[in-house]
Amino acid sequence: MELICPAGTPAAFREAVDAGADSVYCGFRDETNARNFPGLNFTRDEMAEAVSHARQRGVKTLVTLNTFMRAGQEDIWYRAADDAARIGVDAVIVADFGLMAYFAEKWPAQRLHASVQASASSAAAVNFLVEAFGVRRVVLPRTLTIDDIARVSRDIRTEIEIFVFGGLCVMAEGRCSLSSYATGKSPNMNGVCSPASHVRYRREGDELVSILGDYTINRFPDGEAAGYPTLCKGRFHVGEQDGYAFEDPVSLDVMDQIDRLREAGVSALKIEGRQRGKAYVAEVVSTLRRALDASASERPAILSRLCMLSEGNRTTTGAYDKRWR
Amino acid sequence: MSAGHAQFTRATLTLGPVLYLWEGSRWRDFYYRIADEAPVSHVCIGETVCSKRQHFYEPYLADVIDRLESAGKQVIVSTLSLITAERESRYARAMIGDGGYPVEANDLATLGMLAGLPHIIGPTVNVYNSATARLLAARGCVAICLPPELPTESVRRIVAETPEVAFEVFAFGRVPLAISARCAHARSKGNIKDNCRFVCGEDPDGLPVHTLDRQPFLAINGVQTVSYTCQSMLADMHDLMAAGIARFRLSPQCCDMVAVAQVHEDVLANRIAPEEGIARLRAIYPSAPFSNGFHHGKEGAAWIARQAAATAPYADHETDMAVS
Repeated sequence: MELICPAGTPAAFREAVDAGADSVYCGFRDETNARNFPGLNFTRDEMAEAVSHARQRGVKTLVTLNTFMRAGQEDIWYRAADDAARIGVDAVIVADFGLMAYFAEKWPAQRLHASVQASASSAAAVNFLVEAFGVRRVVLPRTLTIDDIARVSRDIRTEIEIFVFGGLCVMAEGRCSLSSYATGKSPNMNGVCSPASHVRYRREGDELVSILGDYTINRFPDGEAAGYPTLCKGRFHVGEQDGYAFEDPVSLDVMDQIDRLREAGVSALKIEGRQRGKAYVAEVVSTLRRALDASASERPAILSRLCMLSEGNRTTTGAYDKRWR
Repeated sequence: MSAGHAQFTRATLTLGPVLYLWEGSRWRDFYYRIADEAPVSHVCIGETVCSKRQHFYEPYLADVIDRLESAGKQVIVSTLSLITAERESRYARAMIGDGGYPVEANDLATLGMLAGLPHIIGPTVNVYNSATARLLAARGCVAICLPPELPTESVRRIVAETPEVAFEVFAFGRVPLAISARCAHARSKGNIKDNCRFVCGEDPDGLPVHTLDRQPFLAINGVQTVSYTCQSMLADMHDLMAAGIARFRLSPQCCDMVAVAQVHEDVLANRIAPEEGIARLRAIYPSAPFSNGFHHGKEGAAWIARQAAATAPYADHETDMAVS
């Protein structure tokens, strides 16, 4: 199976290539990608250099153009599309139908992947994208169990890629406006979720309060590690109780299910984390590379060290396991 | 106000699908009253949130459709917002196969099945630009309810550039913000989705989510998360109508929806000023504060008060935004 690694910077890109990635995904330095964070991403020149660096080493470059084109400013996305195609990237990862259609028409030879933000969560949805735009691979949303993936795989004629490690969206991707409800900025429109520009921390007595926009997302008593206030992983008051209403501060890890995923028809495994530093990327990529290449019995020992790199040091299999729902 | 849109006709109202789990008989009686009394041109029916709920309404579906059609309403069959299971795809296919009523797609699966048939695109399909809208139109879509998150600049442009489609905006109700494979409603009662015991039925207007500081924030509706606030477009309806919006969607909440429809109709027909409409709406649905921030490109929860326009209440104006 193909191991797809994140790169937010040219330095992280080179680390990922050296650490054993089969493919690296990255985006341009603007709102055309869903990790539009300050200090991240690639200029056109950096992208061209990265593609060439990777190609010399037999590694593919996948470019994320996975936000939705803002009406009236589609040119920003069309220019990014043209540049990606001219640079000769191995695939583009796209969510917006209008942009998919642009590729299908203007760059028909460009390999097109449907982003997880495109929200294709069934065989019928995937087939729609294949028929309408010639999509060659779909990144499935984190709403399906492994058994669901196996069923989808039987009924589609395109490759399947899934997220296996890193940040976990609790909500179906590409269909979440929680962030813009609280901050005005959303993944679909601005390429950000719970953006740092709207985050504050305030000390109240012996508690640290994390705030997003005008809303308290969590309160951490002294001694409890304070996490970033991602909206869907906040602590709220529901009914009579305080607790993590949607999801605990955990991250995704299904690397212990590699064999089942392969049998289910998954051909590419993706690591989340373009916002992560190069040290994290190097560590995670090299470990997962070794795990992929190892036998099933050797794997647990290799993977055990990854837990330390996960959010709150806790992981979940997310929707891939039915009981999570 | 732009003089454009030669075929300027007055906008009408759509009643959106009931998003919450209501008891079957309550659901039926709700629609009967809508059929008999509500000044709405279109009515969406069908479960859009959770396929496990479908059996609650099925026994009443045919009667409700008959009643609505007899009353002259255009019936639209709404479908699930998140289709994952094979049986959910089959169900959507069956709804389409039934024919007779236009189907509203809320997920890509249904969208694919509807190719070539006249259909409607619901608010949870991502239409953020006219390139997408025109492409959907070419595949048979005749109307689009735009995503609630869209700011007015985008709405105007999409509508202007896609004359072949009738556009609708989400004008009243708690805004659908997210949907998950996981049921937060079941989770709140210590269950998981597979043994949910339909606890979402206990909160027919949504289960409020407060911050730890007890500030109201969101509401849970099964696998869906909606806003705590109630979106209201009353103050902006005339502008949106001038921009070419054909219909305004009213999403059922636990209040007198006939009265809600009447207020919107009165504002559309210039019988009352928007400010008067908002005051009446507050009395009809006092449960949640109003919001319209998405429309103004701000945080969705915000309420942007319209500056009192002195002489010409409905004339074009520069809105001075003030977040309250």
